[in-house]
Amino acid sequence: MRVNGVEIEDTFAEAFGMWGTRLVVTAETLEWARTAAASATGFATSIIGCGCEAGVNELGVGDGTPDGRPGIAVLLFTMSRKDMEKQLTLRVGQTIMTCPTTACYDGLAGGEERLKIGGKLRYFGDTFQRSKLLEGRRLWRVPVMDGEFVVEEGFGISRAVGGGNFFIMAADLEHALAAAEAAVAAMRDVPGAVMPFPGGIVRSGSKVSSRYKGQNVSSNTPYCPTLRGFEKSELREGENAVLEIVIDGLSEEAVAEATRVGVAAACTDGVLRISAGNYGGSLGQYRFALHELVKS
Amino acid sequence: MMCIACAAAAMDRGGVTLTRKESSPIPVEADSICPDRFATLGPADIGRLPAFYGRRQVTLGDLFEIDGAGASHITVTGDLTAVKKIGYGMTMGRVTVHGTVGPHTGAFMTGGELVVEGDAGDWLGAYMAGGRIVVEGGAGHFVGAAYSGDTKGMRGGTILVKGSAGREAGAHMRRGLVVVLGDVGEFAGAKMLAGSVFVGGRLGRRPGAGMKRGTVVGFGEAPDPLPTFRYTCTYRPVFMRYYLRHLRESGLVGDGELDGALFRRYIGDLTNGGRGEVLVRAESQ
Repeated sequence: MRVNGVEIEDTFAEAFGMWGTRLVVTAETLEWARTAAASATGFATSIIGCGCEAGVNELGVGDGTPDGRPGIAVLLFTMSRKDMEKQLTLRVGQTIMTCPTTACYDGLAGGEERLKIGGKLRYFGDTFQRSKLLEGRRLWRVPVMDGEFVVEEGFGISRAVGGGNFFIMAADLEHALAAAEAAVAAMRDVPGAVMPFPGGIVRSGSKVSSRYKGQNVSSNTPYCPTLRGFEKSELREGENAVLEIVIDGLSEEAVAEATRVGVAAACTDGVLRISAGNYGGSLGQYRFALHELVKS
Repeated sequence: MMCIACAAAAMDRGGVTLTRKESSPIPVEADSICPDRFATLGPADIGRLPAFYGRRQVTLGDLFEIDGAGASHITVTGDLTAVKKIGYGMTMGRVTVHGTVGPHTGAFMTGGELVVEGDAGDWLGAYMAGGRIVVEGGAGHFVGAAYSGDTKGMRGGTILVKGSAGREAGAHMRRGLVVVLGDVGEFAGAKMLAGSVFVGGRLGRRPGAGMKRGTVVGFGEAPDPLPTFRYTCTYRPVFMRYYLRHLRESGLVGDGELDGALFRRYIGDLTNGGRGEVLVRAESQ
């Protein structure tokens, strides 16, 4: 199969079940909401070393926010509920609460479970915090120096999907990067999906093995162009740079759509092949077959 | 055996209309006019439900013409000025009152919706714990309050009065929201434990007297606060914008109503812990 002359390999991405959540962060201006969101989703590229994976979704034109102020959605993904609780408490407390004018609300409709986050952060108010309950939603008003930080008592979490991916093999780095940037730009419009790596792109994809004793993860050497000849390479002639895009989503549909949109946008000049990473299908609960997605 | 709501849905044939047969100042206690009581009953059985006419026990059929069946929507018309306790304790369904209604309307309700197209008497929504009451006109005293001598009143739900209300609106509230778009009399939010009272018009004297927690908000003219309240700051409360957005989205409040950004905040009552607050729109003082 080819799209715009680019080969779409007949393979699949293997993805895993995770826990996901969606917060809505509002502020007096969109810039401050984005600042808070950028802080909250910083150092959240991979659960391997960061505790969670996170990204932002811009709100659609028709999407209001609970208080009517400008806002943005923050999506977080972890492997366990316990990790999610820890990450939410830390990130909301240290990055959203600390940012001027923000408020933080549960943005996940129909979450399977709820975690008490605002209900813990309220103690920062040192007994002066106040609660407001309206139509079943409890908000905490925590006194802070610019007025009050409003945070919802609990946030919904649901089972989600993490580790969707595709690889862009190009003739050189410039074309790989241009294709990856175009893909990410298109994927950012898919609600419920995020690309947690810097700029949405991974340059240092990994494999789950190492020559070093005691190290479980190492560079994805079969895809490193400088190692062609030393290692059994997965690269073909002419492929001199590879970039990967990793996708997490609140649903299988969101990851599938983001992959479809991204692959289509990445088929640009200088790109030779699109592939995907998997473990033979034996580890992950989800498979995203590239051909099926491109055809749909 | 079905739950009452399921039985009501099964029996529903479009709703019931009760029309008062006569005009009279003699008080009528009509707590049987409630969707929960009408569930599973046809017109004849509804007519046999008890009521009080003065101190004499009668039936609803003695006082009202009854047409239709079903619990999902009850419409009550005629001279209802002296009719008390319509919607008393309701948990579901909808009651619409055409015209002005007597006291204790919607008292103890925990669900459903009650609409009064005229004015409502005293004790509207007293001890309410859920659901919604909308009054197109004004209301008497003690909206959402507790009865005299009691310490905890309304525990949930929303009451909207589009006109003005009397004294002690939201007194002894424990939870919930009372919105009066017009003026309120004195002692709004007196002895509040929690909850919120929003007043679009003039806030009467001594708001929040004795309050423990809770919020009284005045969007219009406001009196000087009690000496047991302390000014803290002038600011833009974010939680207010949450409330107002909710009220606008649910159609209870229109654009331009309850407008305000900057509020002067007073904490009190210092005789009772000082954890309550009275917020007054900054431009109105």
